[in-house]
Amino acid sequence: MNYIQISLLPHITDVKGEQVRAQAASFLGIDTGEVKCSQVYAVQYNLKDHDMERFAHTCLGDEIMNKVSVDQIELPAENFKAFIAVAKLPGVTDDEGTSAQKALADLIEGNDFDTQTQHIFSQTLYYIEKPLTRRQLKQIAEELLGNKLIHHFQYDTLGAVQSLKLNQLYVPKVRLVTDTTTTTIDLNLADDELLALSKRMVLALNLAEMKAVQTHYNYPTIQAKRAKVGLPASPTDCELEVIAQTWSEHCKHKEFNAVIHFVDKETGEEKQVNSLFKTFIKGSTEKVRQLLQEKGNDWLVKVFTDNAGIVRMNEDTHFVWKVETHNSPSALDPYGGAITGILGNNRDPLATGIGGARLLFNTNVLCFGSPYFDGKLLTGQLHPKRIFSGVRHGIEDGGNKSGIPTVNGSIIFDDRFRGKPLVYCGTGGILKPEYNGRPTFEKLIDPGDRIIMAGGRVGKDGIHGATFSSIEIDEHSPMSAVQIGSPITQKLMADFMIRACEQGLIKSSTDNGAGGLSSSIGELATITNGALVQLEKVPLKYSGLRPWEIFVSESQERMSLVVTPENKAALFQLAEEMEVELTDIGHFSDDGNLDIRFGEQRVALIDMEFLHDGVPQKVMYAEWEKPDLLEPIIQNELDHEQILIKLLGSLNICSREWVIRQYDHEVKGKTVVKPLMGETGKAPQDAAVVRLGFGSYEGVAVSNGICPQYGDIDPYEMSAGAFDEAVRQIISVGGTLPNQSVNDGICWSVNDNFCVPDSEFHPTNNPDGKLKLAKLVRMCEALYDMSTYFQIPMTSGKDSMKNDYKGDGVRISIPPTILYSMTAKVDDIRRTVTSNFKAIGDRIYLLGDTYNELGASEFYKLFGEVGTSVPKVRKEAAYQLYQKVSDANREGWIESCHDCSDGGMIIALAECLFGGQLGCNVNVDGFREDLSLLSILYAESHSRFVVSIAPENQAAFETHFGDAATYLGNVIPGDKLLVSYKEEEIINQSISDLIAAWEGGLAVMGAIA
Amino acid sequence: MQQSKYPVRALVITGFGINCEEEMAAAYQLAGAETEIVHLNDILVKGRDIHTFDILNFPGGFSFGDDIASGKVLANKIRYKSLPNGNTFLEEINQFLADGKYIMGICNGFQVLVKLGLLPMLGAKVEQQVTLTHNNSGRYENRWVRCKVNPESKTPFLAGITAFDVPVRHGEGKLLFKDEATQEAIVSQHLNCLTYCLPNGETAEDYPQNPNGSSLACAGLTDPSGQVFGLMPHPEAFLSLYNHPNWAKLKRENPDLPEEGAGAQLFHNIVRHVAAKSSVTL
Repeated sequence: MNYIQISLLPHITDVKGEQVRAQAASFLGIDTGEVKCSQVYAVQYNLKDHDMERFAHTCLGDEIMNKVSVDQIELPAENFKAFIAVAKLPGVTDDEGTSAQKALADLIEGNDFDTQTQHIFSQTLYYIEKPLTRRQLKQIAEELLGNKLIHHFQYDTLGAVQSLKLNQLYVPKVRLVTDTTTTTIDLNLADDELLALSKRMVLALNLAEMKAVQTHYNYPTIQAKRAKVGLPASPTDCELEVIAQTWSEHCKHKEFNAVIHFVDKETGEEKQVNSLFKTFIKGSTEKVRQLLQEKGNDWLVKVFTDNAGIVRMNEDTHFVWKVETHNSPSALDPYGGAITGILGNNRDPLATGIGGARLLFNTNVLCFGSPYFDGKLLTGQLHPKRIFSGVRHGIEDGGNKSGIPTVNGSIIFDDRFRGKPLVYCGTGGILKPEYNGRPTFEKLIDPGDRIIMAGGRVGKDGIHGATFSSIEIDEHSPMSAVQIGSPITQKLMADFMIRACEQGLIKSSTDNGAGGLSSSIGELATITNGALVQLEKVPLKYSGLRPWEIFVSESQERMSLVVTPENKAALFQLAEEMEVELTDIGHFSDDGNLDIRFGEQRVALIDMEFLHDGVPQKVMYAEWEKPDLLEPIIQNELDHEQILIKLLGSLNICSREWVIRQYDHEVKGKTVVKPLMGETGKAPQDAAVVRLGFGSYEGVAVSNGICPQYGDIDPYEMSAGAFDEAVRQIISVGGTLPNQSVNDGICWSVNDNFCVPDSEFHPTNNPDGKLKLAKLVRMCEALYDMSTYFQIPMTSGKDSMKNDYKGDGVRISIPPTILYSMTAKVDDIRRTVTSNFKAIGDRIYLLGDTYNELGASEFYKLFGEVGTSVPKVRKEAAYQLYQKVSDANREGWIESCHDCSDGGMIIALAECLFGGQLGCNVNVDGFREDLSLLSILYAESHSRFVVSIAPENQAAFETHFGDAATYLGNVIPGDKLLVSYKEEEIINQSISDLIAAWEGGLAVMGAIA
Repeated sequence: MQQSKYPVRALVITGFGINCEEEMAAAYQLAGAETEIVHLNDILVKGRDIHTFDILNFPGGFSFGDDIASGKVLANKIRYKSLPNGNTFLEEINQFLADGKYIMGICNGFQVLVKLGLLPMLGAKVEQQVTLTHNNSGRYENRWVRCKVNPESKTPFLAGITAFDVPVRHGEGKLLFKDEATQEAIVSQHLNCLTYCLPNGETAEDYPQNPNGSSLACAGLTDPSGQVFGLMPHPEAFLSLYNHPNWAKLKRENPDLPEEGAGAQLFHNIVRHVAAKSSVTL
């Protein structure tokens, strides 16, 4: 083993070191003094001394700024008194090391370096000036520099620095004893033993499910079939793992398919819902499809049955859209969880139909606890600030390094998300409708087609991810559930996939996500009704995995490709040219079995029908009761200037610029409405708009609707409100509702994502489970009502059912949350509308009706209240208003448009000013008599917009909108927001002060990068 | 646009984490060049000939994930790996330049050119003389900046341009010189062709107008011949007016504003220049 250390020359600013110093001071209150970083590479190849020197100097060091030392430690000036070394744990993705290996192979040609397995291990060494205690060093290491689930830390103090030797540093070599045995598990056990087994093996199967497996294995026909091939009567470890993975909540959505007994205690109504998914989600899309087809709007291409939904944008363009969550891993390792989430979600559109979609954009919606949280953390729980910071970083690397713009998103703060954060990742892509005359939406497979694994290698990463996400996190959660994505590996694979698909070399594809090969091959095999897999062929990151582990491992950046035998050679040739590893691991069959082998060894023979249809339908109980809440009385003598400043700085309203700027939101050069716009680049926008290509002005608008706070009063209105929010954001930027006229071709594609706490009733463990489930039912009912009324269809989605964190006997549950992620075709991006005011003298209006709806508002939150007056969606009025807004846009009347949401009209108005150089003077007398001033300013009534128009269009505009438009005032020169009410000036604020307050909300995060 | 007998041919490199190849190709197509996106291994492994092209382009992205240092691993591949004909890609590039042809690198492509030693190439030496490293903010950032063109600069890429708005999207864009002599030579030969500036044209000393803390607020470099040009900002991301963050207000203020973005001018410039040259020599 040789060691190469790369440090900075003394005159070069150590940016990373300065960051560590600043963060240690601000987060941990530790004065580190100066911090110096260096990178250490442990090299396990045998190289001649001269080659090692060359490698170090040319491939790793930069002569302008680095000092390079080989096998000799470079110490900073003598006054440094401590060090921390942060290495990766064995088997954790080390892209830095892998890239160094590739660089070495380029430098010294002809040497047959094994670059596929880890031979170079990178780590970071930090020298610290002050003589910190070991406890302080540990704290810096574990809370700032790394995560003990994936990193190894070494630290020492005082004289230790001077006596440190490079070869004393830890190297994460994987040492495993090779064990390829397969064991069998006797299921003829008593009920409690079955449950204990399920828990011990992390199968996440309940008693009914365990008994279904037990019964299946006791069938004489099954036993005979097994005996014939020499398999024991009892299931093998691999079989149980595959069944558990296939039947996991994550993969089978058992609760969304359950029979639910629902009792409404308000009305006394009782009913039974047979599958929330079929009744409300699929049911709504089927109804919408009918309504669309009646008008010749036949653009729904594929819904729910593939990795992502497909709609037709135009003759040459299908649009693929998928949003899903990655919550549990992000609670344990926020960076790894988020990067794995976004890269995993990218693979869904990439592997829809045949595969090979070109990814156009990412979005992400995040829910965290307050970064200012100062309560006690439970065992194993990370502080919300750390989760926020890590997740943000993961999304940055996942998107930026893949060259996919992150075009919009949303961040919600509520302390109930401090146990499990919600991390929703969305990706839209463009799929050609045909490759060489073959429709791309179809997933065709025939018996005899080869199963090709592409991309990264398999390690122990993420074993049990699918089952793990289906259970609560506690302090004993399996740590192999954590993994780190490698964007560069995936980028190479994605580039390859696109070429191979377009050349017709791939017949079908699917991604290896949760459940790994077990899930991807298991699902594809339903098309032919069988598959045979030879696990010994699967390339491994390191030896030592047992066969079942190979099959269920969730190592990232992998695809399963379906390839005809005659295309195999050409595909492998292309892969070699593009440096993507492919392996033929078996073929599809039609014999009704999932047949898994390891060499000669039979590992599993599972009946396909049992595997996919054998899971017993769950029966669940729901009971709805209105929460016991009161409307607060807020005294009317308020300083509205102060309230405005407070609201602007509040967590759910304040500027996200610090986050947004670290995401590349315009790579590909197609982003037309970006998250922040205007002269100053500070005005927040409602929806993103992305052009489809350089050759046309067609585009797609992207929005996200999410408002869990309203669910505390009424989950139906919460879900309806979130739906409306997403629709109105698209209308705001210039979109139009679908199905307005015959064959108008305006397609919409929506993904619904439900995240709820454990909603399965249990008298001791989950006594309010029935209420939680009732909330979910009501959310689904609203989805159906809104979707069918607006004729806006769900095309794909996801549910995440156990968002609870348990530790030290305490449970933290998230509020039930639904995210609607909407996309809609925009005919001409040149006619889209941005939120900031455009010209002095323009008239400002509020469109849509305001009600006395302050319930669960940001305003009430300032007073610690919730209230009862939840904003309600009035869909008829909303629908008509949205049609009118689109008509007005067609006339070109609307110069700026911004929807009202958190904080109400006054916040929307203020944000219209953040684009720069313009002020406004408004008067709020023009509202209905029954509205309080508080409601006018702060109510979060849905379906409203603050718009501005040029004075010359005023008459036509007012006639067009009638009562739906309330005149507020004018755009004025200068730096003022002026608001008057009943001849009294209630707000007179400089916009720069407003911006300062708005930008200060996340100051606590400012130092983190 | 001046017509030449033969179309100007632009080669845009891709692969290994490069991700701005499509918009760069779109830029050359807009400028009228015959454009091809070529995977690096088509050159390195399959021996694709670069000499049938006039302009060689290294787009932005994250080659090799920015591991070790941005642009470094790709630069080494170009420097050391042999093509089927036994030459390295760098040797082919040297020939390409000797033939009077042009090279452009944007963002990660600029980082590659700098680490290869193709920029600034003082004294005609292909060796690393400057570097690009972590922004002073310690953060990757996407923001729009304003850049002014050094009026003494001779590179045809920037001909006729005085200043333009353009987005930056990088974490390692701070330019550092090897030593004072290098800096002086660059300044005296006007190789610092592009400078971050304020709206009034003054050099931007501070963040965020100088987004990374570059010495001399330098955003781009050229070699003494003007044939090699690299910059951190992304002109290929401003081909259309609708890329500009303030497009809606600009359009309101001037309804006749051209729909083409200012970034397109750089590509028009080089394509026109090559076309003019070839029509003279033919």
